Amino acid sequence: MEIFSARNVDKTFATTKALSDVSISVNEQSIFGLLGPNGAGKTTLIRIINQITAPDSGEVLLEGRKMKGSDVARIGYLPEERGLYKKMKIGEQAIYLAQLKGLSKQEATRNLKHWFERFEIMTWWNKKVEELSKGMAQKVQFITTVVHKPRLLIFDEPFSGFDPINANLLKREILNLRDEGATIIFSTHNMESVEELCDHIALINKSKKIVDGPTDEIREKYKQNIFEVKYKGEFEEVEKALGQKMKILGHAESEKENQLTVQYLNGDSNNKLIQQLLPVAEIISFEEIIPSMNDVFITAVEESNKK
Amino acid sequence: MNKTLLILKQEYLKRVKKKSFIVLTLLVPFLFAGMFALIIFLSINNDKEERTIAVYDESQLFLGELEQQGYTTFHFIPEEEYNELKSNLKESDFYALLYIPANIYSANVAQLLSVKQVPIELSEQIERKLSRFIENDKRQKVVEETRIPDLEDRLAGTKTSIKLNTLKISESGETKKSSSTIAFIASYVMGFIIYFFVFMYGSMVMRSVMEEKKNRIIEVIISSVKPMQLMAGKIIGTALVGLTQVGIWIVLGAVALGVVQGLFTPESAQQMGQSIMESQSAMSPAASQMAGQNQVTEVLEMIGNLNLPLILFSFVFYFLVGYLMYSSLLGAVGAAVDSDEDAQQLVFPVTIPLILSIMLLFPIAKNPEGPVAFWGSIIPFTSPVSMLARVPYGIPTWELLLSMFLLVLATVGAIWVAAKIYRTGILMYGKKVNLKELIKWLRYKS
Repeated sequence: MEIFSARNVDKTFATTKALSDVSISVNEQSIFGLLGPNGAGKTTLIRIINQITAPDSGEVLLEGRKMKGSDVARIGYLPEERGLYKKMKIGEQAIYLAQLKGLSKQEATRNLKHWFERFEIMTWWNKKVEELSKGMAQKVQFITTVVHKPRLLIFDEPFSGFDPINANLLKREILNLRDEGATIIFSTHNMESVEELCDHIALINKSKKIVDGPTDEIREKYKQNIFEVKYKGEFEEVEKALGQKMKILGHAESEKENQLTVQYLNGDSNNKLIQQLLPVAEIISFEEIIPSMNDVFITAVEESNKK
Repeated sequence: MNKTLLILKQEYLKRVKKKSFIVLTLLVPFLFAGMFALIIFLSINNDKEERTIAVYDESQLFLGELEQQGYTTFHFIPEEEYNELKSNLKESDFYALLYIPANIYSANVAQLLSVKQVPIELSEQIERKLSRFIENDKRQKVVEETRIPDLEDRLAGTKTSIKLNTLKISESGETKKSSSTIAFIASYVMGFIIYFFVFMYGSMVMRSVMEEKKNRIIEVIISSVKPMQLMAGKIIGTALVGLTQVGIWIVLGAVALGVVQGLFTPESAQQMGQSIMESQSAMSPAASQMAGQNQVTEVLEMIGNLNLPLILFSFVFYFLVGYLMYSSLLGAVGAAVDSDEDAQQLVFPVTIPLILSIMLLFPIAKNPEGPVAFWGSIIPFTSPVSMLARVPYGIPTWELLLSMFLLVLATVGAIWVAAKIYRTGILMYGKKVNLKELIKWLRYKS
């Protein structure tokens, strides 16, 4: 079920094209990764989703309706550059921010107390932000993003600036929120987290969407016929048997077994590879290497830049 | 709750709860009252230092004629002692050395030698004594020469001192006792207060915008509310802080005025008036007649005769609208810049008219009907200060209305410009902003 979509969104700043004809569709209760190099247009798209800026053309829909002003109450947004009022007390500030999202004061206090207890930071309630460390402030920022139980959560580079412990906490909470029914869009450069978290990704480069689809399908699509083979036998014979058509990317020998990473070029098949290996080696395991998101990212962006 | 209202409340409480606000609000009236009291105290209590002045009277006219006056005593000395004292006055017990030359009758010059700076009052006192003596002496001679009986009395009867009571005819035809001095003070104070408030609270808005931008909380906020709601809440909230402050001051001022009025019942005021007069009574016989008049209550009456409702209304109007104009522009400046240094550069062009208007304040208060006053109070950017400086003198209704209309018009324009800049600026980082860049922002579609 689609909960959010952007259709043919265009945005130009003065002479710079920030987004051209970008469409995305996000399913309910999924985690959607928005990827792309710096300056690709991710933050612009995110700001359009948050109604901070309006697109020049195209539209954004929430639950099938055109998004309107009051929808901000249903969205939680953690921007890449984030901050808090330095001189205000944490509790007071969190209540204020929650009220701006449309919660009543009582509701805000109740929800916040719940989160503060969950993160075991109740003692910070009356402290000022300037007394907190950066990591501590990040927790408060996260809470203020989710306190109004938004249906749609948007995190712009959530892991940048978070220390590993908080980053892990954040990952856990993101998954939790998804399981509780929220939909999450996040942009990141951290490809590992994409593999871990994202059900679906879109890759934007130079204002255009270049890749879009479920994470596993995309990785599948970007496979490059690379295999890891564990075998018993002589490497020299294996090398000879594979001939020129198979490209050996690496090999390692040990007493128990040898390991080989090999890529076959177009026109060949898995069976052909196995056939060539069978006479010279005893195959222990044979596994295709699925490209990491990192590889996908680099390959896709480089291809698109060449065009 | 309406979000603008929420922001307004937040901005208001944040400032009003600040210790510096409470202290300043309560302290300023006391500072003013204290300053005022000090001035009165100093002017009533003349210096009480006991001084003995050595007199060498070469003319031989004044012996026995210079009596003790207040705290000053005169001691006549012979020539030898005078010559001696001239060189070592410092070591002697005398405060000063008065030398009356032989030719004082014709030359009209005497000399007062002292180590310390002689207070003007004292030197004037001595001048008066000497003049009066010689004047009397001359008059005596004339009387004797002309042999006209009671000439002296008749001459004394010719002494005249005119006091000018300035009355103003108000538009409704009433005549009221007015004082251009009071109006001058009122207009100066009004103009200054407006300047001060617009500047202070306008900068407050700017700093608040800059803080949000610097803290990077702005993006979270404007994902919850429209930038215009944020700006409106901020500006109105801060304005209410200003009004609260003025309100407290007016209440305290009214209470203080009441206390003063209560203290200076006509009798006590008369006494005080007399004591002031006494110190000046030597100046002219006519002055002592004035002492009978009740000066303090007269001042209070003249303050009462100013058109207070109009002044108060104009104050609130020009404060609010002028503030609205400048604070939205300053808010836009706060949104456009990243750092305090950049802010300074842009604040300057915005506040030039305001600074100009404070420089025009004195000429306008001096001549409230002149061309400087007229144009200053009509042109929107200077009118909040300039018009307020004119209002205490009374102002033609059409000029007031025109000025208000133009100010409102300019303010609407300023808000439009500010909104454009604000919306673009708050999310713009790391870009050096100049005027050309700002004009480009005005052309952006929202």
